[in-house]
This record gives sequence, structure tokens and C-alpha cells, in this order.
Amino acid sequence: MSGRFSLYRFSSPAAFYPLAGTIGKVSTLIAVVLLAIGLYMSFFVAPTDYKQGEGYRIIFIHVPSAWMSMFIYLVMAFWAGIGLVFNTRLSSMMAQALAPTGAIMTFIALWTGAFWGKPMWGTWWVWDARLTSELILFFLYIGFIALQGAIDDTRRADRAGAVLLLVGVVNIPIIYFSVKWWNTLHQGATVSVTQGSSMSTIMLQAMLIMTFAFWAYTIAVAMFRVRSIILEREKDTRWVSELPEVRR
Amino acid sequence: MFNAFRTIVVRDLLLAMRRRSDVLTTLFFFVIVVSLFPLGIGPELDTLRLIAPGVFWVAALLASMLALEKLFFVDYQDGSLEQMLLAPQPLSILVLGKVLAHWLVTGLPLVLLSPLLGLQYDLPAATIATMMFTLLIGTPALSLIGAIGAALTLGIRGGGVLVSLLVLPLYIPVLIFGAGAVEAEASGLGGAGHLSMLGAILLLAALAAPLATAAALRISAE
Repeated sequence: MSGRFSLYRFSSPAAFYPLAGTIGKVSTLIAVVLLAIGLYMSFFVAPTDYKQGEGYRIIFIHVPSAWMSMFIYLVMAFWAGIGLVFNTRLSSMMAQALAPTGAIMTFIALWTGAFWGKPMWGTWWVWDARLTSELILFFLYIGFIALQGAIDDTRRADRAGAVLLLVGVVNIPIIYFSVKWWNTLHQGATVSVTQGSSMSTIMLQAMLIMTFAFWAYTIAVAMFRVRSIILEREKDTRWVSELPEVRR
Repeated sequence: MFNAFRTIVVRDLLLAMRRRSDVLTTLFFFVIVVSLFPLGIGPELDTLRLIAPGVFWVAALLASMLALEKLFFVDYQDGSLEQMLLAPQPLSILVLGKVLAHWLVTGLPLVLLSPLLGLQYDLPAATIATMMFTLLIGTPALSLIGAIGAALTLGIRGGGVLVSLLVLPLYIPVLIFGAGAVEAEASGLGGAGHLSMLGAILLLAALAAPLATAAALRISAE
């Protein structure tokens, strides 16, 4: 196997550190460009909704962040599972690096949802199945971050966090369906979040572009954060002390 | 394997009987929380009857969560947990034994006392029976799920607060179906669906939670 280029090489923090820098820079660029296009489209190109007026434009932020909030949790659980099975340090660092962004996305989704709900439904908050499960997802993120923060030994923190993430992934569908059933039984919310697919193509395009922008942003932030985590954890190694940015 | 299971259960029950105040603390916490709600909301029996299922279940959740701290901590401190990790029997079986003993000591008294508190809330006999039944199948699930959190936070500073953050979101389905069954039964809809779901959660927790707890214990104790 000697001499052959292998992707597994990048499971070593030392090899991944420069690559993460490159990915981070490229993703930042993509995020900025897509965000500029996406925001322009959502504010100026997309037509005013005949029923909801201008207020609907908040979904261009709301929907991407809601999607990302769920997606990031799955990615974190994936890395946590890999880290637990193969004992690779970098996988756990990835899970840790993604957590704050996931929590922020969940928070943005909830916050913009409230802003959207006030003019549309006349209330800041509805105990709708989606809102409630998004709120619970936020709690799960906070729990993971708190658990990682409370354990000083990084190896234990990684593995404990991984178990928590995997338990959370098993629970998310159960939570979602129980909340959904609870909600329909109480029939509290007379409004539904589902708007159907009556969305015009240009709106959908703008939303997809915004989603990819959020995606690129997540990758960029996670890469920069994972670089910091690598530096922090490997600060006693030789390769870190030989880095130009460390030597300075 | 079954011998080890039985030995663990008997040992933990014996230990609990030697330190009875711990058992009573959880029970009285439940009683006090349930009794606080009428003081905060007002003594109108119509309102109380309406909120009773939710209040009872939230109080049961909190009581079960508070009791978690003691589940592994004493064994962790005196080193017997390490012996369990080294034992030839599968750790998940031993965990199941510990959880069962823990539930018999902290969960079951709460179930048995709930009818008395139900009378305070002016619940009809049929509703009290449903409530007891939901607590009977719901609280073991709480203990099982909570054991994961207790194992993860073993020996961490501020573990008590942390465990609530980890465990309470995972308790939500049990709360929904437990309180939902009582409510559905009281309103005449019939709570069979909720009860089946609660039973399903209990079975799933009994299968999967000991495995996750065992993994977490190995991580915490290494």
C-alpha cells in the first residue's frame, strides 16, 4: 500500500489540518457568493406572495436553517458512530466542531419561525408538532455541548458524547411521532405549517440556493473550528510546534 | 447469568433497605411537587382535575430524574462498579438488575402512593386506576432511559444538573403517552392506543437502554 494515495491518510489530525484550512477557505468563498445570490433573489427577484405578502420572505432563512439543524445532527451522529467504532480521534473532533453550528441553526429556525408566526398566525409560538420537535432538538444539542464541556478528559468526553448522540438519533423519530400524535390529539393548532408545493419555481430556486449557502457556511465554520480543536488537543506534539502560525 | 441478575437485584434492595432515608426522599419529593401545584394554581377542583395527569407525570419525571444520581454513584465510589465491569456475565444484564432494583425502590412506591394524591385532585376512581397503570408501565421506562444519562455523567462535576439536561428531552415520549392515556381515558376516548405505545416504549427501552448504559459505564469507568 506504500506510496498509494489514500483518503484514510486524512484521518490523522496532522494531515487533515492543512486540508481543513483549504476546505474552509473554499467553503467560505462559496458561502459568500451563494449568500449574495440567494439573498438578492429572495429579496428582489422572488415575487410577493399573494396571500402572505412580503412577510413570507423570512422562509428563505427559516427553511434552510431548519433543514440544516436536522441534517447537522445526523452528520454529528455519523461522525460520533465512526469515532466510537474505529477509535479515530478526528471523527470525534468533527462531531464536536459541528455541535455549536447545529445549535445555532436550530435557534435561528425557532427564532425566524416565531417572527414568521406573529404576522401569519397572530402568535409567536404554536405548540405545533414541528415547532415542538425542533425545540426538543435544540435541547438535545445543548445537552451534547454541556456534556462535552463538563468532562475534562477529552477521550472520555468524545466517547460519552458519541453515546449520547447515538441514543438521541434513535430517539428523534420516536420523539417526532409522539409529539405529532400529541399535537393532533390536542388539536390546539388550527394552522398548519405545511404550505403544500404551490411554491413558484423562482421561490424554490432561491430557497435551494440559500440552503446550499447555509451548507457551505456550516462546512466552513466546522472546518475552522476543527482546526482550533486540533491545535488545542495536539498542542504538545512536534508538528504543531513547527507550524508557521504557531511559531510566530 | 440469571443468578448474577438475581444477586444484583437482591444486593441493591438490601443496600437500599439499610439506607431507607434515600428511598423516602424521592417519594416525598414527588408528594411535595404534586401538592405544590394546587397552591400555585388555586384550589378549584375543576381546574385541578384537568391538570392532574400532566402534574402527576411531570412530578414523576422529576422524581425519577433526581433519583438517578444514586443509581451508580455509590458503586462507582467504593469500587464495586469496577468489579461488575470485570465480571464474566454481560454488563447489560447486571445493569438491568441494578435498574430493576432502583425502580422497585424509587419508582414503585411512587406508583403505589399516586391514588392517594389522586384523591386530593378529586379524580374519579377509574381515572386513578388508569393513572396508576400508566405510571406502573411508564416509570420503569424512565428508569431505563435515565440509566444511560446517569452512566454518562458518572463522577463528573455538576453531574446532577447535567443529567437533567441529557435525560429530560429523552423522557418526552413517555410523558406524552403517559399523561395522554390518562387524559384520553378521562375524556372517554379510550387510552388503549396510548397504553400500547407506552408498553412499546418500555419494551424498546428494556432492550436497548441496558446496552447503551453498559457502553456508557465502560467509557465512564475506564
